[in-house]
Amino acid sequence: MKRKSSNRWGRFGLFFVLVCAIVGLTAGTSMKLWKSIPLGLDLQGGFDLLYQIEATPDHPLTKDGIQAALQAVELRVDNLGVSSPVIELENGNQIRVELAGQFDQQSYEQIIGRQAKLEFYGQAKQDPKTGKWAPLPNEKPLATGADLKSNSHWATDQFGQNVVTLEFKDPGLWQQITKQYLNKPIYVFLDGNLLTDPVIQQIMSDGKSEISGGDLNTPEKCTALAQELNAGALPYPLHLISSTSVGPSLGFASLKATMWAGLAAIILIFLFMLVLYRLAGLIADLALVAYLYLVLVTFSGLHVVLTLPGLAALVLGVGMAVDANIITYERIKDEMRNGKSLQSSILSGNKRALRTIVDSNVTTFIAGAVMYWFGQADIRGFAISLMLSIVISMLTAVLLARAMLLLFVKSNLVNRPWWYGIGKGVVQK
Amino acid sequence: MKQRFDIVRHRIWFFGVSTAITVIGLVMFAVFGFNLGTDFKAGSRVQLQLNEPVNTAQVRSMLTGIGLSVGEGAITTAGTRNDTVIIRFPTTLTQAQQQQIRAAEAKTFPKSSGYSISTVDPIVAQQTSRKAVWSVLLASLFIVVYMAIRFEYRFAISGIIALLHDAFIVMAVFAMLRLEVDLTFVAAILTIVGYSINDTIVIFDRIRENLKIAKPRSRGELARLVDKSLWQTMSRSINTVVTVLIAAVMLFFFGGQSIHNFTFALIVGLISGAYSSIFIASPIWVAWRGRQLPDAKPSDPAE
Repeated sequence: MKRKSSNRWGRFGLFFVLVCAIVGLTAGTSMKLWKSIPLGLDLQGGFDLLYQIEATPDHPLTKDGIQAALQAVELRVDNLGVSSPVIELENGNQIRVELAGQFDQQSYEQIIGRQAKLEFYGQAKQDPKTGKWAPLPNEKPLATGADLKSNSHWATDQFGQNVVTLEFKDPGLWQQITKQYLNKPIYVFLDGNLLTDPVIQQIMSDGKSEISGGDLNTPEKCTALAQELNAGALPYPLHLISSTSVGPSLGFASLKATMWAGLAAIILIFLFMLVLYRLAGLIADLALVAYLYLVLVTFSGLHVVLTLPGLAALVLGVGMAVDANIITYERIKDEMRNGKSLQSSILSGNKRALRTIVDSNVTTFIAGAVMYWFGQADIRGFAISLMLSIVISMLTAVLLARAMLLLFVKSNLVNRPWWYGIGKGVVQK
Repeated sequence: MKQRFDIVRHRIWFFGVSTAITVIGLVMFAVFGFNLGTDFKAGSRVQLQLNEPVNTAQVRSMLTGIGLSVGEGAITTAGTRNDTVIIRFPTTLTQAQQQQIRAAEAKTFPKSSGYSISTVDPIVAQQTSRKAVWSVLLASLFIVVYMAIRFEYRFAISGIIALLHDAFIVMAVFAMLRLEVDLTFVAAILTIVGYSINDTIVIFDRIRENLKIAKPRSRGELARLVDKSLWQTMSRSINTVVTVLIAAVMLFFFGGQSIHNFTFALIVGLISGAYSSIFIASPIWVAWRGRQLPDAKPSDPAE
């Protein structure tokens, strides 16, 4: 008899330790975890750009070329110094760039998307109709941006004009060009447009030069071009095919509103479960706290970017997580109806409910996986959260809640079925 | 024990109601079609959270001020407090135009808390539409396969009919209310697909279990068994949909503006999903499975 009683308190003790662990861990570390979760651009402002890599007649798309384009974009974004950018290749020939934070979106978009193909030609002619300059057909450029060192910057020349400095990797090349075209014009094209056509005045032997003209008339534009040249030319033109920009204050407002909505939903669900299932409901609620905590841990550990749809999925996940508890508790009631004792009802109820729970969650998971596979940006955020919340809820609402319920019931402290949400009608039958 | 409502026996009514709704929905589609958002129909979409009741004329004059003209009906208001304005352009706005809008907004509406601007090229819009249709079809296919393996094909098909019914009702409601259909709508449909089948499976699982205990030998017995299973799972069905609805309704009323339509689709789908799991999926299965059973056993007492 005595052993039994110590056993009982041992079980209750373990139950109590679990409760303390859940509440303590959550209260202690959740704020820190929350702060370490990166927020998507819809929650903190930023922009999302989708570029199509376009082939040119003399430059068809190749695998290597696409990789080079991707690298060039990465390099440019790195130069901008934005924290945790997302740069992905999509559909084989599109590049998505996601930047979260606050900055001048217009100039950033230009820097990322401009091809920055700088070419020096010895001969060019003007189209009499359009007035547009173009290098002679079949003419090879004398030099390109690839022949330059990555140290271009903005400067002003002796006339106070804004220029971009250039330095050739091989001073000999520049010397040869200036020698060949002494007192003759050379044509400098940027992205296929004539930038300037200076007449070479003297032979340069130090490999240094500078360019100006066109719309390079402000320090900002010169700095932007210098950055692009330093990052290297894009092998293909990029065409912006879709963009989304969200203002930082709107992002913050969305985050706040959705957090409040989530909090209200969680509190209501807590109360609902308590009223319906009493002590068992309390255990389900504790499992729910563990669910929320594990979600935070997972997001922060895997560096999953939290987006607005993702946040919505987590709140919905709360509703779905308690479904496992509801299925189990209703099952326990059924077992009691069949005349089993409280303890054996809880054992067999848990066991029988498990298969149902697994089957029903697998189908929702399938829907989530398809969404992830097909979707992009927003939809992916939702799909990831949905799948994670299903997996995590299986751990908490099934494993944890079950262990806690069994520990609690076996401690024999509370034996009245009423406390487990089992009404009078059920027990009498 | 209290006399319960016999769901299976009255199935003809539920089939009738759902067929009627489906037909009305089809007509709605034919007449109105979807109000496609920029995700599917190239162009630009500007959303401004003004934090004050929207005055459409003022928004229009702000746009005219920066040289942008928009057609009739391109400016709509949204939000639970009608404090958000959505402007749609058939063309894609340049970065410079977007910059102008941002500046004009801050000047005209000082209380505003910001913007969200998206532009979509026709290539992307087409690609997105194709993906959306494929994803819903594929998700349904995978679910049918899974259910056919775990249960039997008749359960799978009945479940899918219920699921398509739900997806269809949500689409019909969106067509009818002229709500904007964007990418998040597809996510909502997929969630509903997953959720509706989840609901149905719990009931089917119980039917399968009861079938193991007692093998029905006539249509009447089968109907009674399914009815019993439905009532056994009734409180679970209701309690679960209530908890998920609590979450969805809270998000609808208080959550961020950009998930407003999304949560609305979810609410409609959740209700329809709970309804179809109980009143459509299982009765279809009974009707189908029952065809292989005799009408009634000779010894069976008349109902």
